[in-house]
This record gives sequence, structure tokens and C-alpha cells, in this order.
Amino acid sequence: MAKLNMVKALNLALLQEMERDEDVVVIGEDVGVDGGVFRVTEDLHRKFGGKRVIDSPLAESAIIGTSVGMALYGLKPVCEIQFSGFAFQCFHQIENHAARYRMRTQGRFHCQMVVRMPYGGGVRALEHHSESEEQFYAHIPGLKMVIPSGPRNARGLLVGALRDPDPVIFFEHKALYHAAKEDVPDEIEALPLGRADVVRHGRDLTIIAYGAMVRVAREAADTLASEDGAECEVIDLLTVSPLDRETIVASVQKTGRALVVHEAPKSFGPGAEIAASIVEGAFLSLEAPIRRVTAYDVPFVGFARERATVPDVGRVLAAARETLAY
Amino acid sequence: MAQKTETKKAGLPAVDTELARRLLGDMMLIRRFEEKAAEAYALGKIGGFLHLSIGEEAVAAGATSVLRRDDYAISTYREHGHCLAKGADPRRVMAELFGRRDGLSKGKGGSMHLFDKSVNFLGGHAIVGAHLPLAAGVGFAINYEGADQVCVCYFGDGAVPQGEFHEAMNLSALWKLPMIWICENNRYAMGTSLERALAQTEIWKFGEVYGIPSEPVDGMDVLAVRDVVGRAVERARTDKTPTLIEARTYRFRGHSMRDPAGAVYRTKEEVEREKLRDPIALFRDKAIKAGWLSEADVRAIEKDVNDRIDDAVAFADASPEPPVEWLLTDIYKED
Repeated sequence: MAKLNMVKALNLALLQEMERDEDVVVIGEDVGVDGGVFRVTEDLHRKFGGKRVIDSPLAESAIIGTSVGMALYGLKPVCEIQFSGFAFQCFHQIENHAARYRMRTQGRFHCQMVVRMPYGGGVRALEHHSESEEQFYAHIPGLKMVIPSGPRNARGLLVGALRDPDPVIFFEHKALYHAAKEDVPDEIEALPLGRADVVRHGRDLTIIAYGAMVRVAREAADTLASEDGAECEVIDLLTVSPLDRETIVASVQKTGRALVVHEAPKSFGPGAEIAASIVEGAFLSLEAPIRRVTAYDVPFVGFARERATVPDVGRVLAAARETLAY
Repeated sequence: MAQKTETKKAGLPAVDTELARRLLGDMMLIRRFEEKAAEAYALGKIGGFLHLSIGEEAVAAGATSVLRRDDYAISTYREHGHCLAKGADPRRVMAELFGRRDGLSKGKGGSMHLFDKSVNFLGGHAIVGAHLPLAAGVGFAINYEGADQVCVCYFGDGAVPQGEFHEAMNLSALWKLPMIWICENNRYAMGTSLERALAQTEIWKFGEVYGIPSEPVDGMDVLAVRDVVGRAVERARTDKTPTLIEARTYRFRGHSMRDPAGAVYRTKEEVEREKLRDPIALFRDKAIKAGWLSEADVRAIEKDVNDRIDDAVAFADASPEPPVEWLLTDIYKED
């Protein structure tokens, strides 16, 4: 057991899986000699060499495209796209190829690969370095979309993703990389994909969040408990797609109220899918309209105004109070 | 350095009756297959699009003749010929075109997405240029595993202006991948001629800037293709040197069945002139003249090919449609 931040926890997952499975290779821009823009792949090049930790040229489409080819041959590539905002250069390789081979070949070929991307705002960065684009990947059949919220589940989910036989898009929130340290077990721990975690139990309102918004949701829930006497249940999705509808619906059947928090823009975002799932599964339990606290429907604004668009505790509290009072 | 003129011939065995039979048989099989596919398309048995390679058979047949069964080939949406030459069963290829359950991908891939694991044929790809990085990935994996296979990647002249062509050329040179890049230059990207799409129309010259051997070849001459690809395979297998080959060829039909004759963007005279370079007729005449094959041999090959394709069509006709439940299968691995 060691106290690790998310960067070190992700690094540990890669290290241990590479030791365990020689088919796992890491590829991306500056992941090798340099150790990665956020240091997630630090020391891997020294330990495993350039054959397994591959510094690619600045060519995102080639990173994903070659990884698909490697996966078709039988390797298990882990690609790093430096910022999720750079991924549009390779989006078509993810969508046209990685996501589709199993279906297109009726299971004769598949792509076991993980695409890691730092995402999210709140780190005083600009456009292309702050967006939350999980909705694009969550919408694509054949992909899984995973977003951890802390060091321990980041490590477990990355191991789970590496062992998953389908392509996984793995978002890492930049604001969480160094935000907290947690006890992370020394022995390998793999978390199953597709399963949400109820991180706070309550009876009055269900708050659904993932990534950096889990912390915001929990803080708001604590405030509502102390100031309003309301007990909120907080669900950390961990996997955005496939969505754990069962856990969400069971919670809302109990609380009758739901609030979704995410950093992606509102319209057609994950909140819409979650709300629809609640209506389908818990319609008769609902006591209030389902609310969403999200970024606004605008391209990401630069650091000077990012606090105004990334959801914060104040906005979650206001929306929760309206929902509770409805 | 690029090596346009390499006087050394590939260390390939001399042409004999057996090889001549194979080369002519493969080319005739591809042509007959596609003629029948065109008929089936007209009858509504094949949906979507259908891109015929009639006129271009020498590239697939010549290149594949120097490959091992476990070598990899990866291709475009005009890939029936590459897939058949690689050794896929014509019955299962036809069934795939028909969208039937006995097709190579159980009817879910279709004409543009043929895959056959048993002969390491890694697919047709519909997005122009997008499969070149995949091919480089296969080359990387071959090296990673310490194997001595090679990977042949076919693409058209239409892929050359795409960024991914250049990304893949760069990686193959940089990482020393066992690649044979074969550009089937048929001079038209759908309806846009080479001159209207590329500032550098001598496509093989792009190999120079990446420092890899590259050369043009007469893509209508199956023996010339065999020789140039044979040398490339030797380089790839022995010292992991990639090669860019520009095979100058011509499609006698249109881009797809939407323009069966391809008559809008090229003249009738041009098409008729090119048909005089028919790779099958050229090789047949050469084989007879050289004494590799007799007239009777050619007739026997033709009969065998016709029988096999008739059988393929009958097989595809008889194969059931995929059950509707398959709509929801193989999206993710099922437990």
C-alpha cells in the first residue's frame, strides 16, 4: 500500500501490466524518453525500452491507426493523445476502425486497445487543452468510455481497460492528476468496466457525476446535509458508456429526484442520456424534473472565464435546492 | 536513396508452366468473379456499391505470387482481387458481396470490407488513405514479435494527397517496417484525374523524400509486377526495408456501378486505347508464345475459372440471409 496521486497510480497500472503482459505496448507523443506531458509514462521507457514505449511523431492519426494495426496482429497498444482536444485528428481512426472491427468482421477481428487522453477544465488552460468531449465517444457503438475520479479507481480502471477485449477511451482529468493522494494497494487491482459506484448514500436526491465533478457533487452533498438537512446519494459513474443504468435507476426509485453534473456542454450531452434513462426506468418515482448542471453550450472559454462555465459547488447547490423544493 | 532503376532482377525462379498457370488463372478468376458480381449487382443481389478492378488484375496476381500465405495484405474498397489472389475462397467472398451468412464476415462486411483471417487478409477499407497507418501498425507488430512476415498495403492514387499516406510513409521509413506499399495508380480518383489532384504526379517519387526504395512499374505486366514486388519482399524480409511501388494500371470500368463506363471524365478513345493493354490478354499471348502454356491449357484454365465462379454464385445464392438477431451481436465481446 502506498499513498499515490493519480499520475503515480496510473503509472503503476501501466508498469505492472507491462510486466505481466508482453503484448502491452505504450505509444504516443513524448511518452518515452520524455516521460509524457503529464508524467504518466515516466520511467517506462527506461524500464522497458523504446521497443515497448514508443515515441511517435506528431501524427495523431498515425498513432491510433498504427495501434489498430498492432491490435489486429495481436498486440495490446495503449495510446496517449496529449490532450483530448487534439483527438479530432484521429477521431476517424477511432470511429471508423477501432470501434467497428468486431462488428464488421463478426468477431473474427477485434481491437484490444486503450486510448488515454487528459481532458477537462479548471487548470487555467486554453481551448484544445480544457474540453470535455466524452459525449462523442460515448455515442459510438463498439467503444467503451471510462473516466476515473481518483487515484485508486484510476489505477483499477486502467488495469480493467487494458484487459478489456474491446477498445476503451480512457479520460483522465487534468485537475485530478495531482489533486489528492490515496492508498493504492501494491498488488494489481482490476476494476470492472460498466459499473458505477455509489460514493455517498442518501434518500432525498440522487446526484450523478463522474471525473472531476464527483468531488464537486460530494462537496455540495456535504453542504446540503449540514445546512439543509437533506441527504443526497452521489453516484460516481466511472464508466460513462456502457452506462450503468441499473444503479442510477435503483437510486432514483429511492430518492425520487435526480441531478446530473458534467463538464461537457449541456445539449445532447451525457446528462440527456442519463435523464432519459431515469425517465424510462423510474418514471413513477419522480417527484421533480431531472436537472442538469453542465458547461454552457459554447466552445470552451479561456482560463480567464473558465470558472464561469465549469460547474462548481455553488451551481450544484442552487440546482439541488430547486430540485429538492420542487 | 530512392532506386528507380535497379538492374538486378529479383531472385525469383524462372517462369514455368505451373507459375504461368497460376498467374493467368488468378487474373482470370478475379475478372470472371467481378463480371459475375456486376451481373448480380444489376439483378439487385448486391446492395450498396461495387467497385470493380477489371483491368487491374495483374497487380494483385503478380504481387501475391511472391508472398507467403502468412504474409499480410491490407487493401482499399476495390479489394476483391487482392482478397481472392491472397487465397480467399471465392464462394465465401461472393456470399459476402451478397450479404449472406456464409460470407467471409457472415454478410455484415459487404463488398468493401472483406476480411479473411485464414490467409491474413486484413480487409478492405472504405475510407481512402485511412488504412495506411493500420498497415504500418501490422508492420510494427511483425517486428515486435520478431517474425519474418511482410505486409503488403494496396492503395489508389486517390490516397496519395491524404495526410495519412505521408504519416505512414514516414513511420515505415523511420521505424524500418517490413512494408511493401503498392499504389495502384489507375489515374482517376473517382472522376478526378491525377493531374487535377496531385502536384507531383510521379507517385513513386514520394519514396525519395522518405528515403526508401521506390519505383514505378507497368501495372499491366504481371511479370514486371512480380519482379518489382519480389525485390521489395526480399528487402522487407531480410533487412526490414520498406518500398513504395507505383503500379501504373487502368480500370476498364467506372469507379463504381454508379458510373459503369466511367465515361464522363475520360474519353472513349482513352478507354479503348487502354484496353489494348489488357493484362490478361498480354500475358496469355506471352505465355503461349514462350511455350509456358498451350492453347488447350488456356482453355482448361478458363473452364476451371468459369466453373469455380458459377459455383461461387450458386453458393452465395443458396446461403441464407443473416438472422436478424445478428444485428445486435459482435458490437462488444459477449460473455
